[in-house]
Amino acid sequence: MGAKSSQRIRPVENYDSAHFWQGLRDGKLLIQECGACGLRRHPPQPMCEQCQSLDWTTVESSGRGTIYSYTVIHYPEIPPFEYPNAIVLVDLDEGVRLASQLRGADPDDIAIGQRVIAKLVDVQDDLTLPVFEIAP
Amino acid sequence: MSRTTDRQAVIVGIGATEFSKDSGRTELRLACEASRSALEDAGIPGAEVDGVSTFSMDNNFEIDVHRQVGGHELRFFSRTEYGGGAALGPFHHAYCALAAGQCQTVLIYRGMNERSGLRFGGGQIMNMNALNPDMIHFSHYFPSGFMTPASWIAMTARRYMHEYGATSEDFGRIAVSMRDFASTNPAAFYYERPITLDDHQNSRMIADPLRLFDCCQESDGAVAFVVTTAERARDLDVDGVRIAAVRQCALPSSRQVTPFYGDDIARFPEFDAMAGDLYETAGLQPDDIDVACLYDHFTPSILPQLEAFGFCKTGEAADFVRDGHISRGGRIPVNTNGGQIGEAYIHGLNGVAEIVRQLRGTSVNQVAGADHALVTAGAGVPTGAAILSRMEA
Ligand SMILES: [Zn+2]
Repeated sequence: MGAKSSQRIRPVENYDSAHFWQGLRDGKLLIQECGACGLRRHPPQPMCEQCQSLDWTTVESSGRGTIYSYTVIHYPEIPPFEYPNAIVLVDLDEGVRLASQLRGADPDDIAIGQRVIAKLVDVQDDLTLPVFEIAP
Repeated sequence: MSRTTDRQAVIVGIGATEFSKDSGRTELRLACEASRSALEDAGIPGAEVDGVSTFSMDNNFEIDVHRQVGGHELRFFSRTEYGGGAALGPFHHAYCALAAGQCQTVLIYRGMNERSGLRFGGGQIMNMNALNPDMIHFSHYFPSGFMTPASWIAMTARRYMHEYGATSEDFGRIAVSMRDFASTNPAAFYYERPITLDDHQNSRMIADPLRLFDCCQESDGAVAFVVTTAERARDLDVDGVRIAAVRQCALPSSRQVTPFYGDDIARFPEFDAMAGDLYETAGLQPDDIDVACLYDHFTPSILPQLEAFGFCKTGEAADFVRDGHISRGGRIPVNTNGGQIGEAYIHGLNGVAEIVRQLRGTSVNQVAGADHALVTAGAGVPTGAAILSRMEA
């Protein structure tokens, strides 16, 4: 694993994606929406693949969605993460799919189709991520 | 059946180093050794090499390999993106360049210390440059600790289980079959070390549902090929293997090893998209294919490939495997070298070499009378596939 970094890798924030990462720091999970045809998309990209418009805005996600697929990572153990590390692909109610961690669930209880909700968590200085929990 | 044209691409030489966990030499030396062996196998002097092709994540410059094998002038050089998905890119490029008369002799190589050097499975960062497209792409995964190919492909495997009812035991039977082939292949890292289904089920969990024995190896080694025209191949004292059909495929849902956004990620839709074209170009049907090397970074990836290429119906691949059809003596033996699970992980190229041996009749696990074979590149990435045939077939 090379150097024993205790920090998570920071994402690249550029003209295409800065809104997403800044939105998380501001407490909002923002999804790109085409300004011309309304198609929503994630991860961010500059051009709408449906209509080729460069105009876009954002909608704030409720953070609610449904598990589409998942894995529970056991090995290798990469610092600073805790293991097992459950990762879910979630179909958000706003119509896009997003990958992130799932916390607080017994790995044996995770299932496709479960309802989840994202909490925006300051995982380290200047890095906020959506972290899913099983919806109550 | 399609006719061989004079400028059709024919593989006339294969070369490889030993496969190990620590080669003790540079990747450049590995690439040069395998390339020299391939040229010797073909009986072609390095001076005739006027094209070179490799693919991404190879750390050797084309010009360095070309110079050292004795090359004089490169008229054509290319490098394909997307890691293991690019394994057939060089063959596709050679096929096009030869047909267009752009060059006469193409050297293809891949040399890597992927075990003793940078391990793809370790979650290591390959490039922290904020302008690098990999780093931009992986920004949506790495900060969550979602950093390894096993964890990414686990997502598709989980969906396949959900859609079609496949189980970990079904994945295990694929591992057992490949380790059986490896056990009788002296070049394989797992030579004389077969496993049982119990061994698979008792192997540690890596990224649920993938266990250790579902994962390919990490290997040091190199493989190389010499490709020329059918016209030139007829003058050589070798059994040529013609590229009957080859193509690459990327779709709007394709991503760099993270194919999470399609409508149905249980499948690798690139293979579904390519299969019909390849059979049509080759003038063949699934029943004509005698042996296959299907990309096996992880065992579950074999299942949708068997379906895409028509060896069984969609959703029935687990039963097809359970019935022994991909194993020794089966209807379509898969990865008779032991695959990347049993022989070595040389990013797909050792599978192409095994297909060449099968069609020459020189595999240690020879399928009797093999005339036509299928080989695929990486699953879950922009990829490629090819049908190779004996020159005379
Ligand atoms: Zn649009």
